[in-house]
Amino acid sequence: MTADARDRGGPAQPLLLVHGLRKHFPVRGGLLNRRIATVQAVDDVSFSVRKGETLGIVGESGCGKSTTARLLMRLIEPDAGDVVFDGDPVADRHGITVNAMRRQMQMVFQDSYSSLNPRMTMAESIAYAPRMHGLGARQAIERAESLLAQVGLNPRQYARRYPHELSGGQRQRVNVARALALEPRMVILDEAVSALDKSIEAQVLNLLRELKERFNLTYLFISHDLNVVEYVSDRVLVMYLGRVVETGPVEAIYARPRHPYTRALFASKPTLDPDRRTMEMPLTGDPPNPINPPSGCRFRTRCAFAQAICAEVVPPLAAPLDEAADAPTEHLVACHLPEGQAAMALHHA
Amino acid sequence: MSQTTADFVRRELQVAADAPQAAPTPGYWKAVARRLARDPVTIAVTLVLLGIIFISLGAPLVTGGTDPYAGSVLARLKPIGTPGHWLGTDETGRDLWTRLCYGGRLSLLAGILPVSISLMVGGFLGILAGYAGGIVGTLIMRTMDVFYAFPSILLAIAICGLLGNGLSNSVIALSVVFIPPMVRIAETVTTQARQLDFVEAARASGTTTMQIIRHHVLANVLGPIMVYATSLISVSIILSAGLSFLGLGVTPPQAEWGLMLNSLRQAIYVQPYVAALPGAMIFITSMCFNLMSDGFRSAMDVRLNK
Repeated sequence: MTADARDRGGPAQPLLLVHGLRKHFPVRGGLLNRRIATVQAVDDVSFSVRKGETLGIVGESGCGKSTTARLLMRLIEPDAGDVVFDGDPVADRHGITVNAMRRQMQMVFQDSYSSLNPRMTMAESIAYAPRMHGLGARQAIERAESLLAQVGLNPRQYARRYPHELSGGQRQRVNVARALALEPRMVILDEAVSALDKSIEAQVLNLLRELKERFNLTYLFISHDLNVVEYVSDRVLVMYLGRVVETGPVEAIYARPRHPYTRALFASKPTLDPDRRTMEMPLTGDPPNPINPPSGCRFRTRCAFAQAICAEVVPPLAAPLDEAADAPTEHLVACHLPEGQAAMALHHA
Repeated sequence: MSQTTADFVRRELQVAADAPQAAPTPGYWKAVARRLARDPVTIAVTLVLLGIIFISLGAPLVTGGTDPYAGSVLARLKPIGTPGHWLGTDETGRDLWTRLCYGGRLSLLAGILPVSISLMVGGFLGILAGYAGGIVGTLIMRTMDVFYAFPSILLAIAICGLLGNGLSNSVIALSVVFIPPMVRIAETVTTQARQLDFVEAARASGTTTMQIIRHHVLANVLGPIMVYATSLISVSIILSAGLSFLGLGVTPPQAEWGLMLNSLRQAIYVQPYVAALPGAMIFITSMCFNLMSDGFRSAMDVRLNK
């Protein structure tokens, strides 16, 4: 990773630091529209994203991945938590404003069709944000056309087209171009390739890789597809019911998943390798209702190893128990039980 | 991997460069016009409406300068096809064709004006409620619910009775009646539009609320709201005719379809066809507005990409 003129801290300073992020949605009802329940969509989520890396976030649907993305973009106001962008606290008196952060952090949504205004041509959509930030009409269109070319769409052919005239893959390329129009340093890809055909998905993934190098980008890659996350990520964050259960370098997690949930998730991963065929039961049932999540460890209701302590104490995100205490590790897991953590290692040995 | 990607992009660009310059895509409104052109029913009803508007506005022209108020005791209740009165005469001997043409002026005005007023007021309130949400939205929507508690014709009669009769009062009454449904429609489509990803994307790129409403929300909600408003015109014509029929709207001897229907109903056994003509005009006009709004609704749906 080469140094970027826009970097404020050194290369060792994380581009994004998230601490204690929380969002509880009230469920209202009854006579006076009172709060009758709370959906704990994101609960005490902390992580960091280093400059130039790709952090993958995985988890079942409804685990809070997308809410986390929207909280980071401030499309939803968080209830609690600090977000620090390259050393500057966001929306803080001593830091940068939300708008200043949004110029440096952009997002690509899953639905390529609904994320484009049906009344705007491709060039207009891409040029829109720069225009609103004060760039002249001609320069904005020029930038849009150059971005179209960068994402592999000939501007002469596509600049004046409307969203419904493009295929899903082409539209998603336009969405990527739009996200890059403000020259951000970080891009959040919220299930950005999930809705595409496998072959198109691969093309867009490769395009994302290339753009990352060319524009010196940092990615937050959100997906439920474990294979895709393994392919693009440097580090991985596993979420379950609004909490982080495991995080670490992609090789470490994919080789030795420690949390029983991660293990179960990987057990359900489709593979073409006959030697790694799914031998054990994948997870059964749906995740519990996030309106009333289980006390203590939220996974305990589906966990084969659960014990009394799991219902009482929220497991902290810490180094695996069988790792030497003084060995520095980036692999962190939120589980009380050594046997729960060890199981996968035994399985592989 | 990166090498193959580069190759891929290069190849893609090459293919794109070799491709002939694509014909410039028609704009949104051109696509709508193209779809409308393929819909004979919508074209037909639009032409009929234009015809009705023409004979109303050009009433002195198409009636050859006949006075709509000049009656004759000798020429009362002539049947259709009478020389000099090809659509017959009414109970005071006034030429019915002339009265229908002049009556169209007031009836169309009473149909379009309340809808336009409620479109502006209700559309504004609805978009505000839909985009702002929260307390502002709740306040606006619950206030509208109060108006919803009354059946629309009763509300119109009550307001008219309060203000006294006359065309302007019936326009005011009907505008008030149409504001709540207009607010509700505008609020619904705005709430839907606000949740679309492109509005979120615009917010995420730091666009101000006013810019988002102007460029993203308005363009996408105005279509459905306009279509709904068009369908309300026919209701408005019928309601204002009803008010006139009850003696609350236009006052005699002015020509207005509802009022004409009211005064001719006593002649229903003498000249049933002549007596039915104002009703037929109300029916045709409101049906045409309904069919036209249906046609526009489907023509303006961007998802029907044909």
